[in-house]
Amino acid sequence: MNPEQKGKISPYPALFLAVVLLVYAVVFILDPDLAARSLARFAALLRQVIPALVLVFLLLFAVDLFLTPKRVAGALGREAGARGWLIATVVGVVSTGPVYLWFPLLADLRKNGMRPALAAAFLYCRSVKLPLVPLMVYYFGWLYTAVLTVFMLGFSVVVGLATERVEEWGGKKEE
Amino acid sequence: MEIRSSAKKTAKSFLQIVPMIAGVLLLVSLLTAAIPEEAYAALFTGHPVLDPLVGAAAGSVAAGNPVTSYVIGGELLRVGVSLTAVTAFIVAWVSVGLVSLPAEMEVMGRRFALARNAISFLCAVLMAVLVVLVLSGLGASP
Repeated sequence: MNPEQKGKISPYPALFLAVVLLVYAVVFILDPDLAARSLARFAALLRQVIPALVLVFLLLFAVDLFLTPKRVAGALGREAGARGWLIATVVGVVSTGPVYLWFPLLADLRKNGMRPALAAAFLYCRSVKLPLVPLMVYYFGWLYTAVLTVFMLGFSVVVGLATERVEEWGGKKEE
Repeated sequence: MEIRSSAKKTAKSFLQIVPMIAGVLLLVSLLTAAIPEEAYAALFTGHPVLDPLVGAAAGSVAAGNPVTSYVIGGELLRVGVSLTAVTAFIVAWVSVGLVSLPAEMEVMGRRFALARNAISFLCAVLMAVLVVLVLSGLGASP
């Protein structure tokens, strides 16, 4: 169980950031040019990420405000069936921004009854990047793009079910 | 009251996740700045079994926009790296995240994150083999 689930704030995120800043300090001493280029990339990346981050936190707020565990379990729980897979797949494909922005929302949905397999499938479906399809076709051809996309969608179910199996291996149940 | 409580919970999540996201973004920036795109080609030896594994491993460690993986993948194909290895590289790039693994473990749970990433890694290799087999079956020259 995460510390957050027990109502405490985990010190780990701040510790993680501190370690990364320490790495940057070392890089700055050894190779100031690399550190400067990395920081410039970080600033550019941050500008791209902020809109998606705002969206994720608005969704987090909405989930907490409007979604009851019963509703989440109905749409994304074990009883959701094929409809749950369809929702996880479609939302995974159309979601934007880096994958790690979506972890808090998924964790929140899981606390409210989302099936682990659907959380893993959602994350896997993010591999299908619709806006980037033309670029993939340019580099690898349409047939390769079509075959790979079909496989990615199919494997999202495999990854989802296998992740759930491993997570619950040994009797650990989410519910 | 409900709104205030939800806002408090969201703010708490924000405080938890923002340092993590900042750390991951800093690491991604450092990795993409430190590793030149041409460095990836040196990893492949032409071994039919080893190359897809190396491709998936490189894709798992690599970070940044998937566009970069297409550009590098295209270049790797041009210099003679197999399509199986390139596919494993591209798929692992978008489905496995070693850089974001600490964040995933913290937020989603250790077992979930480790299982999802390990399974996605294996699936990247398996999918690469299957995609090339299907393309060969369809008469497309990989």
